[in-house]
Amino acid sequence: MKRQSVVRVVAIVAATFFAAGALTACSAGSGEDGGSKTLRVTLANHVWTDTIKSKLPEFKKETGIEVELSQYGEDQLSDQYNVKLNAGTDEIDVMMYRPLQEGKLFAKNGYLADLSDDVKSNADWDWSDFQSGPVGSTTYDGNVVGVPIITEQEVLYYRKDLLAAAGLEVPTTMAELEAAAKAIKEQNPGVAGFVARTGKSAAVTQFSSFLYSFGGDFIDKNGKSGVASPEAKEAYAFYGKLIREYGPENVSTDMSWPEAMAIFTQGQAGFYTEADSLYKNATDPETSKVSDTVGFAPMPAGPGGSVAYNVPSWALGINAESANSAEAWKFIEWATSQDLTLTVQQDGVPGARQSVWEDPAGTSTYPADLAATIATSTKNGVGHDRPLVIKVPEAREIVGDPIVIAITGGDSDAAADDANDAFQGILDDE
Amino acid sequence: MTTMVTTKPSMWTNFSTWANRYRKWLFAAPAMIFVGLLIAVPLGWTLYLSVTDSEGSVRAASNLVGLSNYFEVLTDTDRFWPAVMRTFVFTGGALAVELILGMCIALLLWRPFRGEKWVRVAILLPLVATPVAVGMMWRLIFDPNIGFANQVLSWVGIPAQPWLSGQYTALPTLMFVDIWQWTPMVVLMLLAGLTSLSDEPDEAARIDGANSWQRFWFVTLPLMRATVIVTIVLRGIDALKTFDILYATKGKGGGSFHEVETLNIYAFGLSFDYNDYGIASTVLILFFLLIIAIMWVLTYRRKANRS
Repeated sequence: MKRQSVVRVVAIVAATFFAAGALTACSAGSGEDGGSKTLRVTLANHVWTDTIKSKLPEFKKETGIEVELSQYGEDQLSDQYNVKLNAGTDEIDVMMYRPLQEGKLFAKNGYLADLSDDVKSNADWDWSDFQSGPVGSTTYDGNVVGVPIITEQEVLYYRKDLLAAAGLEVPTTMAELEAAAKAIKEQNPGVAGFVARTGKSAAVTQFSSFLYSFGGDFIDKNGKSGVASPEAKEAYAFYGKLIREYGPENVSTDMSWPEAMAIFTQGQAGFYTEADSLYKNATDPETSKVSDTVGFAPMPAGPGGSVAYNVPSWALGINAESANSAEAWKFIEWATSQDLTLTVQQDGVPGARQSVWEDPAGTSTYPADLAATIATSTKNGVGHDRPLVIKVPEAREIVGDPIVIAITGGDSDAAADDANDAFQGILDDE
Repeated sequence: MTTMVTTKPSMWTNFSTWANRYRKWLFAAPAMIFVGLLIAVPLGWTLYLSVTDSEGSVRAASNLVGLSNYFEVLTDTDRFWPAVMRTFVFTGGALAVELILGMCIALLLWRPFRGEKWVRVAILLPLVATPVAVGMMWRLIFDPNIGFANQVLSWVGIPAQPWLSGQYTALPTLMFVDIWQWTPMVVLMLLAGLTSLSDEPDEAARIDGANSWQRFWFVTLPLMRATVIVTIVLRGIDALKTFDILYATKGKGGGSFHEVETLNIYAFGLSFDYNDYGIASTVLILFFLLIIAIMWVLTYRRKANRS
């Protein structure tokens, strides 16, 4: 009897221990290997990432640092950062982020380590070689928090064959663009004259060059909302009309670049305004039916001239909580070196180093008209393609609303007035 | 020495008697504590966040703002109430069709027939597909320009429809996808209920001269009440919380007009897109209360009906 009860107690204690053990095992988890030289690098799905990935063995040979790579799509990447950085994780060392989308928020939250000393530590690596526009947007409160890796400009993709068949020149003004889109749509049944992004939030960045070319901006010179200015209203109406009247039939209002690019590369549109960093999708015969007839031109000029954005779309930063910041910097220094920037740029990803742009080899793999276009737009480009605020996602939805209204044939002027009030509210809060 | 001998066993005995008496609690305790913490901690944290103005980062300083978030959300006729309405339209519509369709299919499959096994497997196929993959698949099918759905329509001379991309057609289209995917589960649950019924009441009704509709309506259906209610509760809660197919097809915000933004999508957008954790938590708490209320009504009615 006594013996039995002892056995029972032992069993209970054992069971409790097992349960407790399981619990602590859950909470301890990984992360106990603080001293190891494994660097955790989180990158977005991009041609840039593919090239860097293929070069990783060289990095390991040079430095002896093992790199553990995680790769996500844009939205998933944002969600990952939101969850992990919010929890104060040290499981991310190097992070690829969007300076214009999340830069302000991340820097304000203290997620990004201060790199001001690191960037000056190596004269050969040469921080001054990076273009000032992109550098401006990876700097927060005077501190460098990121190194820009990819820049992009908005350009006009067009179909040489359709334009030639219509006997038209490449449009250089917005009025010519509209006329050409109209002609192409009328002459080619089933082919749209013009296509571009239509999603409320997704369209904002590619609409921005229209806005600038009509003489407007999201925020005016006095720091107030410029969304309801006469120029902005005109730009909204024009962009909407292009898609509504000369766009694809049954146009969806959810299109981001993959959908719009698909329409263009399937040969179903004559013109397409999009970031140049995606040009490979249109020129690669494996993904594009129009690879041999695609041409590139600068944004057509509006009343305000031909003004495209010229922005750093991605940058590398270091998680402020990282225990491996020295190794993380080594990785960034390696990934953004002159040599690798040149390699990446030759693979089709425009970089942020001036020396690479000035080197003829830097644009040798680009279609000649694209290289010329980029040279033009980098000169007079605007350094942002979305409202520069902390709450970018919310602001994009607000200023993007008139675009969708215009596309669906609603009163875009009234929508712009509403958007103006809401956007001013965000500006007042910040 | 003697004292040790006498006291030690008595301590053991005391403890073992105590442990023996409460052994069902003692053995279950680790699991109960674990599950309790897993539910209580996140819920408590959400509740706390819902009375703060936390935004940007949950680690950043935030202030207690009392119930002002609740006031803000409950008076928001722009996003919140339309989202509530869409949640109910989606759940109610999908659930009703799934139940009727599910009952019809279950009745057909009830009696044994040749090739029964194959039909059952075929019917269950949508259920085993991953929702996100399902969303992507239907998105391709319903693409307004290159999708298969419009191609089929063109064969029979019906003009192309906007489907998922239309402001007013997106939600019904997604309800259709939900019905396509989840009717099999309803069939499965109802079939389980049907097979457990005894044949006698049905035979008695047949002898009394009832036709097949009367036998279904007055005999089978009342006997199936418990099963039907369980099906409604389980599928209803599931449908209220639908996230994957909505997000996979329309993304954050549920489209440019928020046309498929249900409460779940709204709360997700608030926390992961706007980083507005205070408001997001408020919406989630309200959503949680809503589900509890519906469950309570359903189970309460069931008990009331039984007594």
